[in-house]
Amino acid sequence: MTDYNFAYLDEQTKRMIRRAILKGLAIPGYQVPFASREMPMPYGWGTGGVQVSAAVLTPEDTFKVIDQGADDTTNAVSIRRFFEKTAGVAVTEATAEASVIQTRHRIPEETLREDQILVYQVPIPEPLRFLEPSEVETRKMHSLEEYGLMHVKLYEDISQHGAIATAYAYPVKVEGRYVMDPSPIPKFDNPKLEMAAIQLFGAGREQRIYAVPPYSKVVSLDFEDFPFEASKADHACDLCGATESYLDELIVDDDGGRLFMCSDTDYCQGRRAAGHVGAQGVPIKEDAA
Amino acid sequence: MTPLLQVEGVAKFYGARVGCTDVSFDLYPGEVMGIVGESGSGKSTLLNCLAGHLTPDAGAVRFDTKTDGLRDTVTMREPERRMLGRTDWAFVHQHARDGLRMNVSAGGNVGERLMAVGARHYGSIRDTATDWLGRVEINADRIDDRPTAFSGGMQQRLQIARNLVTGPRLVFMDEPTGGLDVSVQARLLDLLRGLVREMGLSAIIVTHDLAVVRLLADRLMVMKDGHVVETGLTDQVLDDPQHAYTQLLVSSVLQV
Repeated sequence: MTDYNFAYLDEQTKRMIRRAILKGLAIPGYQVPFASREMPMPYGWGTGGVQVSAAVLTPEDTFKVIDQGADDTTNAVSIRRFFEKTAGVAVTEATAEASVIQTRHRIPEETLREDQILVYQVPIPEPLRFLEPSEVETRKMHSLEEYGLMHVKLYEDISQHGAIATAYAYPVKVEGRYVMDPSPIPKFDNPKLEMAAIQLFGAGREQRIYAVPPYSKVVSLDFEDFPFEASKADHACDLCGATESYLDELIVDDDGGRLFMCSDTDYCQGRRAAGHVGAQGVPIKEDAA
Repeated sequence: MTPLLQVEGVAKFYGARVGCTDVSFDLYPGEVMGIVGESGSGKSTLLNCLAGHLTPDAGAVRFDTKTDGLRDTVTMREPERRMLGRTDWAFVHQHARDGLRMNVSAGGNVGERLMAVGARHYGSIRDTATDWLGRVEINADRIDDRPTAFSGGMQQRLQIARNLVTGPRLVFMDEPTGGLDVSVQARLLDLLRGLVREMGLSAIIVTHDLAVVRLLADRLMVMKDGHVVETGLTDQVLDDPQHAYTQLLVSSVLQV
């Protein structure tokens, strides 16, 4: 522990990242360039999120990491261990107990509070990237608020699939100004972007940080005759019976047998502990862990 | 009558070399002007200066805006100039792939300008796109195909539809028939002539093909080495060329 500076990064780097975060909070949805550092993990594994987390963590924080909603996947476990080792902060799997939550591709089901920070890992921060390859041009489009192109993407969806088929990384407009990529969260999570917690987005490879301050207005783009719809699998969780949570679909055998379960493992666990049982679930035993 | 476009002393230099210099003319509503000259004579440089793609080193380009009358587009703020580029102006590139989004369907290409000026109703965007594809003689069942699946002539017609959908008042065309075979050229010219007359468009057409200007342009400007060497009514310039270069140009046309 003493071999590392608190939370791995040196203090100057953390100050630089904090300045980017503050600027991002001051201009909701605006992508602030920052001098992203090499982290001891490959790009695409959350180098942006890790740097943002390192900059906001304090020794008193309780840290939680989720990957696609789960606390126990490789990515989540290794990032959690990383900060356990380099910052010595307390870690938890319980959403309510965490003060800083780093996430990849999900927003926790449980409503977040004002004293919490949600840090997103972002692969491609530029929502216009696949429509306009030039960074010079997309930055100009952001600064001049020329967002017609974003609707071209949605138009293409409807003309090809009969509905807006974009299911994740669904573009939003923040505080009526900047169009933002909410990172690849399912569009089911889009309505939750208007929340009490601070939301910070870090893209390490692309060297961008952006933010959504608490209670900001976040509108998902749509057409008048094809309104935005937060969709999920039309099913209840097979383990805890929840009907309101976002579900993962698992193929469980070679005969096409499948199981739907909450993607938020902590939420599912909490419900099962409280005695809820789904169609294929078994009641949780007290000493089973 | 106020001119739609008033060009005064426009000059553009590339270092010590002259792109174009001392170009002045007025373009009135409904008028089509042709700019001819050999390769490297500064035609495209001039067109790009007029359309706001290049910043001229000297001179003024005044456009008769809907709200404020004549405004200098060179000193205008960039958002305003880009807004003009989406609404009152249209730019038809020589190569359709420069003016189209090749990975977006034909309908999306036509609809882009509508969405860029605030259209947010899918049904009406699609209806307008279908209507415009019909006007440029592209079958309505090709609306969801990408331009990569279109022939060169169709791509060029699609580019024209995409540009005219917001009802511009001034169209810039850079060699609109370049690279197309003669029968396709003839159809395209026929279509363009129809649209220009029907919509009362003003247009500036840059080309080295004298047949194109003979067919489309009311007036003609001949350029050589960045300078305008002769101007006048199209038929007058082509039938009775005064400047030595124009005489050379007119006599160079192959007779079949």
